[in-house]
Amino acid sequence: MAGPLTEPTPGTDEFVKGLWRENPVFVQVLGMCPALAVSNTARNALAMGLATLFVLVASNTVVSSLRRFIPRQVRIATYILVIATFVTIVDYAIQAISIDLHKALGAFISLIVVNCLILGRAEAFASRNTVGVSFLDGLGMGAGFTLALLSLGAVREILGSGTLFGVPLFHDGFQGWVVMILPSGGFFSLAGWLLVFNWWRQRREALAPLAAEGAR
Amino acid sequence: MSQEPLWSIFVNASLINNFVLAYFLGLCPFLGVSGKLATASRMGGAVMFVMLVSSTAAFGIHRLLLAIDAPYLELISFIAVIASTVQLVEMFVKKVSPALFRQLGIFLPLITTNCAILGLALFQTNKGYDFMQCLVYALGAGTGFTLALVLMAGLREKLELASLPDVVRGAALSLVLAGLLSISFMGFAGLGG
Repeated sequence: MAGPLTEPTPGTDEFVKGLWRENPVFVQVLGMCPALAVSNTARNALAMGLATLFVLVASNTVVSSLRRFIPRQVRIATYILVIATFVTIVDYAIQAISIDLHKALGAFISLIVVNCLILGRAEAFASRNTVGVSFLDGLGMGAGFTLALLSLGAVREILGSGTLFGVPLFHDGFQGWVVMILPSGGFFSLAGWLLVFNWWRQRREALAPLAAEGAR
Repeated sequence: MSQEPLWSIFVNASLINNFVLAYFLGLCPFLGVSGKLATASRMGGAVMFVMLVSSTAAFGIHRLLLAIDAPYLELISFIAVIASTVQLVEMFVKKVSPALFRQLGIFLPLITTNCAILGLALFQTNKGYDFMQCLVYALGAGTGFTLALVLMAGLREKLELASLPDVVRGAALSLVLAGLLSISFMGFAGLGG
């Protein structure tokens, strides 16, 4: 694999790393509870991903701008309060936009508060970096999370009911795999994606010395 | 107000709608601490205690917030109570058993961000349970969580001895196991009233 032609600026890298190299769900295995619970259809998965994206960006920005004023001893409690505030906003916003969606996602919107991913980013990144970079980090991680949720949701919806975003994909005779809609299907499809990622990473590591030799 | 009998609430929360295997709540400790049987059962105990305390507190808070007409504060107050309970448990465990404290490591403070506990507080409010029902619900959820954790730990201890290809080691394999456990727990459907 040839190196990139131009060195990416630090800002773009903060954004891009969340999408692929440090993807929160597939690589870091964080925030799995919502990832599995609401990914039974692509639509729910997308909505959940966007809600998390908003909370992540907002909390990263606020935590980063307050990082000099938060005493170390109570920092976790403060982060959680900041996050809980934004989640309450999202909860009421979704209720105002679509009652159906709110019913489908249920308590899992409120449960964004305890998504380890958001607290993790606040503690590991936003509390040590400037506002602009933290904003980009939140955006990248959120986008990566949405992407992961969407790919889980798409697999489960296509196999489970033969549709994607409610549009039928197969012939009428298609029998859905009921297991994919059920909770166990969530575990299996995430396991499948993790296997793909592991395989890809191992292959790249195995090929890296060869590629370096070729470049010389 | 819900009229569900207590035994049905217990069976429902622990087996049929197991928090980990049917609702996907509390997956981080489920995958993180399920390496050893002894640690897993103690972790289950700690979670159950936090569940009982926070469920009681959540019941009170819900009533109070209804009385002063401020439901939008619910989420923030729930999480604040849970965080302080966890702090209490952490101090207690550190004092009573430093060895256990080291074993549980980062996962003890992380009980705060265990979705199962906040989920419990939210579900019991949504279902409109009265005080006794809340307690039984918390007990059932805690039992279910411990059961899932212990079963998983037993399976993973056996797997240590199996020879596996490198690709499936780690989280992927644990998830397949969890999926199989989840399928077998589906067999409990229909037990409750």
